[in-house]
Amino acid sequence: MAIETEPGTLQHPGGGEPTGAKDTRAWWQRPAIHTGVLGAVIGYLVGYYLGRAISANYQQISTSDAHDIAIVLGFLFLVIGWLVGLGVFNDLLRHMAGRPMPDTEKTNGDAAGVARYFRVTLDHKVVGIQYLIGMIIYFCTAGLLAMGIRTELLSPVHHVFSSSTYIELVGEHGTMMMMLMTSVILGPFGNYLIPLMIGSKRVAFPRVEALSFWLTPAAFLILLAAIPLGGFHMGWTGYPTLSVQDTSGADAYAFAFGLMGISMVLAGFNILVTVICYRAPGMRWSRLPMFVWGILGTSVMMTLAAPILSGGMYMLLTDRTVQTAFFTDNLGGSTYLFQNLFWFFGHPEVYILALPGFGIVNEILPVFTRKPLFAYKVAAAGMVGVALLSFFVWQHHLFDSGINPNMRPLFMLTTEMISIPTGFIFLVGMGTLWKAKIRFSVPMLFALALFFNFLIGGVSGVFVSDTGADTTEHGSFFVMAHFHYTIMGGLIFAFMGGCYYWLPKMMGIKLNEKLGKWHFWLMFLAFNSTFLPLFAVGWLGQPRRVFEYALRLQGLNDWVSISSYVLGFSILLFVINFVWSTVVTRDRETGNPWDARGLEWQVPSPPPVHNFEHIPVVLSGPYEYGDPDAPPVADLNPPVGVLVGALASAETEESEA
Amino acid sequence: MSLPARLGTLLAAFLVVVGGAIFVVIHYLLGGPPTVDYAAGVTPDSGHVVKVYLQEDPQTTIGNRPDWVSYFIQDPKTHKWVHTTLFQVPAGSTIDVTILGYDGCTPLRNPYWGKVTGTTGNVEYVNGKATPVLNSWGQCSVGHTFSIPGIGLNVPVASPTTLAANNSLCSTSPCTSGPHTTVTFSFKSPTTAGSYFWQCRVPCGLGYLDGFGGPMQTIGYMTGQMEVVS
Amino acid sequence: MASVEAQASGSGQREPNHGMRIFIISLVLGVIFDALFWFLLSPHMPPGTMTSAAASEQFDINVLAAIAIPVMIFIFVYFGYALTVWRRRPGDDTDGPALHGNARVQTTWITVTSAIVLFLAGFGTYELIVPQGAGAGEGPAPIWTPPGAKLTVAQQIAPWTPGQVLVIQVIGQQWKFSYRYPQFGGFETSALVIPDHTWVQFDVTSIDVIHSFWAYQLGVKADANPGVDNVAFAKTDQLGKITVRCDELCGLWHGAMFDYGKVVPVSEFQSWASSSRVELASITKLLPPYATTYNPTVIPLFRLGPVVKKLGLFGAGGGYYPPQDPQQP
Repeated sequence: MAIETEPGTLQHPGGGEPTGAKDTRAWWQRPAIHTGVLGAVIGYLVGYYLGRAISANYQQISTSDAHDIAIVLGFLFLVIGWLVGLGVFNDLLRHMAGRPMPDTEKTNGDAAGVARYFRVTLDHKVVGIQYLIGMIIYFCTAGLLAMGIRTELLSPVHHVFSSSTYIELVGEHGTMMMMLMTSVILGPFGNYLIPLMIGSKRVAFPRVEALSFWLTPAAFLILLAAIPLGGFHMGWTGYPTLSVQDTSGADAYAFAFGLMGISMVLAGFNILVTVICYRAPGMRWSRLPMFVWGILGTSVMMTLAAPILSGGMYMLLTDRTVQTAFFTDNLGGSTYLFQNLFWFFGHPEVYILALPGFGIVNEILPVFTRKPLFAYKVAAAGMVGVALLSFFVWQHHLFDSGINPNMRPLFMLTTEMISIPTGFIFLVGMGTLWKAKIRFSVPMLFALALFFNFLIGGVSGVFVSDTGADTTEHGSFFVMAHFHYTIMGGLIFAFMGGCYYWLPKMMGIKLNEKLGKWHFWLMFLAFNSTFLPLFAVGWLGQPRRVFEYALRLQGLNDWVSISSYVLGFSILLFVINFVWSTVVTRDRETGNPWDARGLEWQVPSPPPVHNFEHIPVVLSGPYEYGDPDAPPVADLNPPVGVLVGALASAETEESEA
Repeated sequence: MSLPARLGTLLAAFLVVVGGAIFVVIHYLLGGPPTVDYAAGVTPDSGHVVKVYLQEDPQTTIGNRPDWVSYFIQDPKTHKWVHTTLFQVPAGSTIDVTILGYDGCTPLRNPYWGKVTGTTGNVEYVNGKATPVLNSWGQCSVGHTFSIPGIGLNVPVASPTTLAANNSLCSTSPCTSGPHTTVTFSFKSPTTAGSYFWQCRVPCGLGYLDGFGGPMQTIGYMTGQMEVVS
Repeated sequence: MASVEAQASGSGQREPNHGMRIFIISLVLGVIFDALFWFLLSPHMPPGTMTSAAASEQFDINVLAAIAIPVMIFIFVYFGYALTVWRRRPGDDTDGPALHGNARVQTTWITVTSAIVLFLAGFGTYELIVPQGAGAGEGPAPIWTPPGAKLTVAQQIAPWTPGQVLVIQVIGQQWKFSYRYPQFGGFETSALVIPDHTWVQFDVTSIDVIHSFWAYQLGVKADANPGVDNVAFAKTDQLGKITVRCDELCGLWHGAMFDYGKVVPVSEFQSWASSSRVELASITKLLPPYATTYNPTVIPLFRLGPVVKKLGLFGAGGGYYPPQDPQQP
């Protein structure tokens, strides 16, 4: 399956012809973000007034004064207008009309300048950078909302925000974080690096990949639109019947989250097919970099779990607009239905947020210990094991909800079993450190911090998976601290490590090392100082999402709030470092600064438009450090006959089979 | 792009982002209805009596949307009705409350809240008549409630009882005429300063599931805060 | 230790047994910290020992912590040791040993982690079944019940005598819990008063959105779902004050949805209950008859007054559907 023919035809992204018309229009005449915004505004107005016209005579609309139908239709047409304006459908229409496709690579890919980053492109490297910038912006927005939450919690008596605003902040923070975290590593690093790591010139479905990114700005802006619509007051979990009852902001929540689900399916599906079908000759499953394994597992979970989310959100929207009753008990629906749908997505999602982080640390550790990855197969098995088991644990979120009690021991067992494959990752990390030559560069510091944080996060996970102990911990700050340890302490630390490690590859620019160390130490200490006390706060009886709490807990809460400001400052240091290095100083770093063996490091930085001049032939695994006899990782200029021969033998095998 | 151009773009983008964030915070996150101050110029002592006037209005077509059922509070200085549900009282005082009930009746979701609790003598005075319990299911009797759970106060606000009155409710808020009841009661404000939320317990969010959306969950309509200052 | 190690590898002396060192350090620290935890901290761990459920939760948390402490110490010691001893020396640009794995280490690791995990699952199941569901809401058909649990309405409204299971119905509503005592004529009150040394059965339900009844000191947590009777059990062992908080986001004032209750001697409880029954009689007769769940959107016809009927107010729904619709949520 991993065999490809010579480049030029099949590996040409988008299927355009090299002789196709070259787009020579000025930037503002071509579809890009500004035409997208125009399309979105027109779309929203069209949809909104269409909805007003349709629902003009509904009594429920006039009494409640909430135009949910108009708002949801407005959002729907907004997304369509946004995509049309961006030109997402242009190639499709051209193809249907039988007109020649433009040479997308010449016109979109290697067109220099920043304009290409504001357009729909077929170059996975451009999409990767788009994702990177987008995710950093979303992350900072959601982080600022968290500062708002902590500011309110400075005092249990005096309030900065009204209780309504406070719950809006909580919901916006949670939903935005959960939406972006699914793609924070898969989006930028997955899209950018997977083809480079597996020796491919392209991804399988470049248009799907571009679409997956361009849905995210729409999703995030619609989510933020909940604030002017009155906010939503049911947190990121959006449990009915509260979410059916809530003001129009809840439409924005359900629509945005469902839309992000679609983006996740598209992103995951593209990467899944790319990894399976576009590996270079010699890139066996046993030579696949661990990062690719991690992203592969993530993609499987995303492709299978996210449709449930989109479906659930769609049902919620119909409940809110056309008054179906999927989730209303006394009309024959069930609130449990939503809880099951939500967590059937929600728990795989938690591991969607863990695997990419594991992948990154497993990628970083061998480079900075100068040793092969310890127990490669165990690491891969850990990734696959987590991905599979993640679909069988969701009801542990419902231990106290009144579901069938017989289910509890079963879900306790599956939940606790997931620590076995997670333990594999620790075994691999610890084995790789054994008798190593550790270099404490910034990416390595972040990778090591992940083990520290994830250990605390994982062990606290065992506490909440035990049904007895969970009676006290469920829905308290203990759970909140637990998943911040795994998501922020795991995924975001890995993301930061990935940024410091791969930015020289992706942008040809090295981030400032000294500022990076400051960033790391400040972030590591402030993170632990913020979230470690929250375990105690939860154990002492403070539920999540409250703005009033016991007076005796004010000391701990104030400590946490102040630490969270320091944590916010450390993220600001990263943003300053990032912006300063990429926009102002631009220290060029074109080689292989970490002396890494990974295939992605064997091409210049940043990689040329076609990634590889020829499809490489992979000769050995990516982690063969310390082995003087190991062959180079790949032959970048394989003799012509190699590929043809490989292809011929593959065909013979096929005909024999 | 040249370095000055890059720096200029960066600065412009930075200013736009900061400006946008400040606008959102001030306009959407910190905004809200005003607070009517009944504590100004009062030196709290145990014998002090504060007179608070509220009215609850039916769903009318007032200028500002949404046109939900709503409480109004009278400003003690100007005697104007303010569209808010936030008011401030001194700690440890006797609060005499008068509520003008202009809205029609609706059954309580839980009839238990038809019992008056937390007031002096555990009664309210409906048009001057002492009343300990209102039956909202059996009679057309309760328009809304005024409940402060933090101090155990629960007062069902009586509504006009006749069919004719319920079909000719006042149509412009704040109401000045039309069928209504006058409910009075008094309670002691807490001795410790802080915010105490109050709410209505009648499912009057018309068109919302359980009748508990819209006005019931929007500060300035059917729920608000009593700020106790010492 | 670092310099010793550097000399050792530099002068070609015998490599120290790193594994044994790490093992001994972690063993010593693990024993010390476990002992400190168990004797100093564990009696004070949440949620205390006021009821059987709370005590079992505290025991669970303590056992889990006692297992977690050595595991975490081992991993921290390993990392600390590795980062100190195996860091790169200045000027050393060589690679580390090409170590791809070690079957014995891998097998041991997988076996040990699996054993711990399976033990925890077994322990958790035992600790769930034996303490009658460990205070968690078991839904409308509880299977781990104390002797004499009252699972039907008929059993629940039979008068209570000391020693029997006390039934308390918790009704969640935006934004207050109210409590009904069916064994005392079904009066409803805002006060939560519980007798000492008694099995208490909480029947938790809601009349609007999902709430969660969390009585912290009792170790009881059960979601209040509309239309669902979620049952949880706890046996009181001590007198004291109870904090009740709503633990599931239920709208605007979720954060302020808390109140306090108390566990009192049986005689005091009995006098409180009988006086409350009398005091609240005027409102009790207006309440719907005691049931495991309530649907306030349909008011029984005999309770509807003529004006209410003429106004078309047949339920406390809020007009979600137009008035001609037979059903209102």
